Amino acid sequence: MRYIEPHAHMVSRTTDDYQAMVVAGCAAVCEPAFWAGFDRSSAAGFYDYFCQLTEHEPRRAAKFGLPHYCWLCINPKEAEDVKLAQDVVALMPQFLERSNVLGIGEIGLNKNSRNELKVLELHVDLAARQNQLILVHTPHLEDKLKGTRLILDVLKADGRIKPERCLIDHVEEHTVKMVLDQGFWAGMTLYPETKCTAARAVDMIERYGSERLWMNSACDWGVSVPLAVPYAAQELRRRGHDAATIDRLVYQNPKRFLSQCSKFKLIEPTV
Amino acid sequence: MSRQQLLDLYYLEARSKLIDVAAFLDRVERASGAGDFRWDAFKAALAQMQAATSARAEGVLNALSDPTTEPIPVATTKAACGAWPGRSAT
Repeated sequence: MRYIEPHAHMVSRTTDDYQAMVVAGCAAVCEPAFWAGFDRSSAAGFYDYFCQLTEHEPRRAAKFGLPHYCWLCINPKEAEDVKLAQDVVALMPQFLERSNVLGIGEIGLNKNSRNELKVLELHVDLAARQNQLILVHTPHLEDKLKGTRLILDVLKADGRIKPERCLIDHVEEHTVKMVLDQGFWAGMTLYPETKCTAARAVDMIERYGSERLWMNSACDWGVSVPLAVPYAAQELRRRGHDAATIDRLVYQNPKRFLSQCSKFKLIEPTV
Repeated sequence: MSRQQLLDLYYLEARSKLIDVAAFLDRVERASGAGDFRWDAFKAALAQMQAATSARAEGVLNALSDPTTEPIPVATTKAACGAWPGRSAT
């Protein structure tokens, strides 16, 4: 089996995880910018993080033969400080040109505050001006429904944004339909406790089709499973889906969305 | 898949989770002291399990969600707790 891990925070993971992912068939890994688990004290902290995502982590992945791509932003969890966010957004253009950067992400909302919305709009404006792909984080648990609606409102209000170039991540049963109905891509995050299980992800695929859906592990420093995507492929198999359907969901779909950025290249295996 | 095949695949797992939820309810009720809005939200969400619909998961998620539409003035925490505190007050 081949698959793409479209959302993983590999700076938090061990080399054993890289090894296991490659052995399981991972053909590329994409790493959105994320909260470190603590607030960075200055924009300089983000400068270093963006260097890590664009220089160090691709080298670490390359040791396992795995192409590494990333997305850049100040994560919604650190977006309450608008001045800091403005400073970080000002840093981003010099990094967006780098060869493994796919676009702006994961932007979005966390607690659905006014300042988070301002920072989301800053990022959306930058993405529109530079014609970048957008990867959106939707809030956790009780905040997801409201946050998803607010995020879609922001994206739809900007006439420069094309829904087919935006992926709205972490959808669940109460948000997936509104995302797909408005023309966006949707991501399902496979977590042991929060977000959704493999069985629920397969339910959503069976209800809403596989046209603009992908699955990811979003593995990070918390409770998460780096091999969640291949495990979900196994769940698809248990539910009777054929190899072509599984390949479309775990490989072709992420490839189709990510290839809208010309920098995204896969090494196709030769027989 | 047929209903029979799905039962074969998932029944024991779902049964286990159902008993876990029942045991959780018993455990909390046996304990002393006041509960909080999460307990009320959980019981409201449980009612969604009995709904005559094929969208029970969506119903449970909605019951545990903030239904308001306006952004909050300021984020005072980063974490989510799994239920909306405002529902108990309405």
